[in-house]
Amino acid sequence: MLEGTTSEIRERKALRVNPAKTCQPIGAMYAALGINGCMPHSHGSQGCCAYHRSQLTRHYKEPVVATTSSFTEGASVFGGMANLTTALDNIFTIYDPKMVAVHTTCLSEVIGDDIPMIIAKAKKDGKIPEDKIVIHTNTPSFVGSHVTGFSNQCASTIKYLSKSSGETKNVVNLFPGWVEPADMREIKRLAGAMGLDYILFPDTSDVLDSPQTGYYKMYPDGGTTLEQLEAMGDSFQTIAMGPLCSQAAAEQLEKQCNVPAKVIDLPIGLKATDAFIDALRVAGDVSVPEEIDKERGRLVDMISDMSQYFHQKKVALFGDPDHLISMTQFLVDVGMTPAIVVTGTPGKKFERRIHEICADTNPDVVALAFSDIHYLHQWIKQNPVDLLMGNTYGKFVARAEKNLPFIRFGFPILDRVGHRAFPTVGYAGALRLLEKITDAFFDLRDRNDSDENVELVL
Amino acid sequence: MTANIHILPGREDQVWQKGSGGNLACDRRSLAGSVTQRACAFCGSRVVLYPIADALHIVHGPIGCAVYNWDIRGSLSSGPQLHRNSFSTDLQEKEVIFGGEKKLHASLVELIQYYQPKAAFVYSTCIVGLIGDDVQAVCKAVSRETGIDVIPVESPGFKGTKKTGYQAACEAAFKLVGTGDTSQIGPYSINLLGEFNIAGEAWMIKRYFERMGIEVVATITGDGRVDDLRRCHGAKLNLVQCSGSMTHLAKRLDEDYGVPFQRVSFFGLEDTARALYAAAEFFGDPALMERAQEIVYEEIAKITPRLKEYRKRLKGKKAALYVGGAFKAFSLVLALRALGMKTVLAGTQTGSAEDYEQLKEICDPGTVIVDDSNPLELAKFVLEKDVDLFIGGVKERPIAFKLGVAFCDHNHERKIPLAGFEGMLNFAEEVANSVLSPIWRFAPRRMAQALNPKEDSHHECNC
Repeated sequence: MLEGTTSEIRERKALRVNPAKTCQPIGAMYAALGINGCMPHSHGSQGCCAYHRSQLTRHYKEPVVATTSSFTEGASVFGGMANLTTALDNIFTIYDPKMVAVHTTCLSEVIGDDIPMIIAKAKKDGKIPEDKIVIHTNTPSFVGSHVTGFSNQCASTIKYLSKSSGETKNVVNLFPGWVEPADMREIKRLAGAMGLDYILFPDTSDVLDSPQTGYYKMYPDGGTTLEQLEAMGDSFQTIAMGPLCSQAAAEQLEKQCNVPAKVIDLPIGLKATDAFIDALRVAGDVSVPEEIDKERGRLVDMISDMSQYFHQKKVALFGDPDHLISMTQFLVDVGMTPAIVVTGTPGKKFERRIHEICADTNPDVVALAFSDIHYLHQWIKQNPVDLLMGNTYGKFVARAEKNLPFIRFGFPILDRVGHRAFPTVGYAGALRLLEKITDAFFDLRDRNDSDENVELVL
Repeated sequence: MTANIHILPGREDQVWQKGSGGNLACDRRSLAGSVTQRACAFCGSRVVLYPIADALHIVHGPIGCAVYNWDIRGSLSSGPQLHRNSFSTDLQEKEVIFGGEKKLHASLVELIQYYQPKAAFVYSTCIVGLIGDDVQAVCKAVSRETGIDVIPVESPGFKGTKKTGYQAACEAAFKLVGTGDTSQIGPYSINLLGEFNIAGEAWMIKRYFERMGIEVVATITGDGRVDDLRRCHGAKLNLVQCSGSMTHLAKRLDEDYGVPFQRVSFFGLEDTARALYAAAEFFGDPALMERAQEIVYEEIAKITPRLKEYRKRLKGKKAALYVGGAFKAFSLVLALRALGMKTVLAGTQTGSAEDYEQLKEICDPGTVIVDDSNPLELAKFVLEKDVDLFIGGVKERPIAFKLGVAFCDHNHERKIPLAGFEGMLNFAEEVANSVLSPIWRFAPRRMAQALNPKEDSHHECNC
């Protein structure tokens, strides 16, 4: 399908060809699903909501529930107040969530709906039951990307719900960023193993990886509870993972409740996991238990065992900034060479970080924000690489480049299942990534090597 | 479990049970606040036109609209793959304030130079409708500059449901109709409308007609080509499969070019045979009818022994189906019946009053019929009716699986052809594989049922 892509990189001023991002509301929806008993609500046309639900379902293979204001032509002229008010009334009457998290769309943003005013009026008119909560976040689709939508939802939730009682508790807040349910589970396991009391927000484990029971639960068991969201204001520290996804929320909480924020990279790979474990250690004033030390040791052991296969391997990556920053660091740490790193999300900071990470090993690294997969593909044609990492859409690039080894990494993954079952964060996650990388290289050799060159032992 | 799931107030008359009397309300917008399974006008336009493989499809709007329908449908093309790329003007705040016309113009010119498509479709999204870009003027200008047809698709999402978008798509496609040479088209010639070549189905259907001696001028839009659209008015008959999406185009072809149309379906043996006979009858040539009968006998004979096997194993199983359009629902009810199965729940996203009347007629007593349903309602009926199989699309699949119920994708994400005679066998095979899968025995609800058949319906849940 991409056979027609030419190697001559054409200057494009205007458009996106095969995007490496999507729009804000889906991120807000994903974050809101990580709140226990919460109904995400899309204030816009019903297509937005259907699209986000379908896309999340394709990625997580789970039912995804959200409601919509079902905008009509009338609403787009006269405003969406009536739609949102009716929607809130209907949602609480029938679906009975504990909370509704409203996010906007391009349509309602341009119309200029004043969501807080509409919510306040609905509350006054009794459309929202006394014990129920409605919050909102602004996620115009023409700003940022799905990642900033996630970030906005997290920050807004804190703004609405977190309170400081004046008494600091011996609890640490963990903001995991946009990672998989399995990753959230792993982050909790590590924090638990370090002996810390924590609140994880958002937490989509047991929401988007719920067990098959034979019954359908509109609100699965998982998710950060409303009590926890409020109590986050009393924690003694926040560890925010992934600056783009989590920093805004951590800073909001710091401003609002004086909970100091420590922002670190997503704990993907060796160094970033070290930083996470260290942040936990310092926060809890604990020593790292032997169990975790050994996990780390096993990772370093595997890196050294396989190191001969990593050296100087050139890698092209695309995806979301937080993921790419940690992954690029990990690749550098095992001796590989990130050659081009592309995200669709705008922001020059990302480019600076990638250049910093690669400064010693590959100062010529191409780091691009606000770009797309088509550009990446054209660049690869001129500068061949050994490995491609990115979401499912990368497979067409890999095919067009004669089955370039390709590892699925990021969002969305529409054609494999491992991402929802196994973490990529932590030392265990890094082990899994290494396995994937070596498998990709070895499978290619086993398939393509001539008879006399096939090696039994690798 | 089921007792505490309610039907959304205001939706009671969109749920109907055969034998209960009264009417089913439909053709209305989803209630604000409902977890509707429906999408928007843009989605409707996009899915209908996207299989035209040698055209450029550019989405004028913020990035999301272009991403969520990027290559998600298995509409196969035997040639160009241009339609499987995602092109978007990726509108930013600046353009929302100052207008996106310039960006659209530049994008179109760039893309047309690079890909040299046969034509271009420009889809308007919500925001374009709102900021007032004159998409038509841009398209006209680019057409003049590049010499190819650049066609605007009036599809802002808020204009309505997918149905509204289907109409806009038909209007856009119709702009190409009548611009090609029809002199080579023979007297026995048809178009297949509303056939999207999912998993290669159009190719199978086309072969039946070719064997009969009927020329298929254009499949619209599966494995579609711009030039086929240009000359499709030269065909003598239109067979409309997906009536929801393509009836409008069929009507336009009838009005402007005098090409009559018939609604057909290629799902199930009976419907496939009926479609072939309908075409033969239309042309009134006994030789055509003879060949149609030969094909039908031959094909049915080929698959009957295996179908019988499946029927034996599936007899008495209960099915729920929730699909996009009503015509597919009719076919599925019949196809399931042919497998010895009973449809206990039938629903569609966009059925019309007349569709539902027909659906009511062909369903068994006790069948629940729903319009524009939601997960809770679907789950309620699946449990109440103790369904063995759910037929639906991407959003229904994980719900069925959570309920421990077999599933068959009869929507655009299906991976095997389900149309025609071979398709019926594939359908039977897929249904049997899923219904008889050992996995459902491990579903806790099923295990409990096996131990204590009567207790089940009292299970509590937090729905």
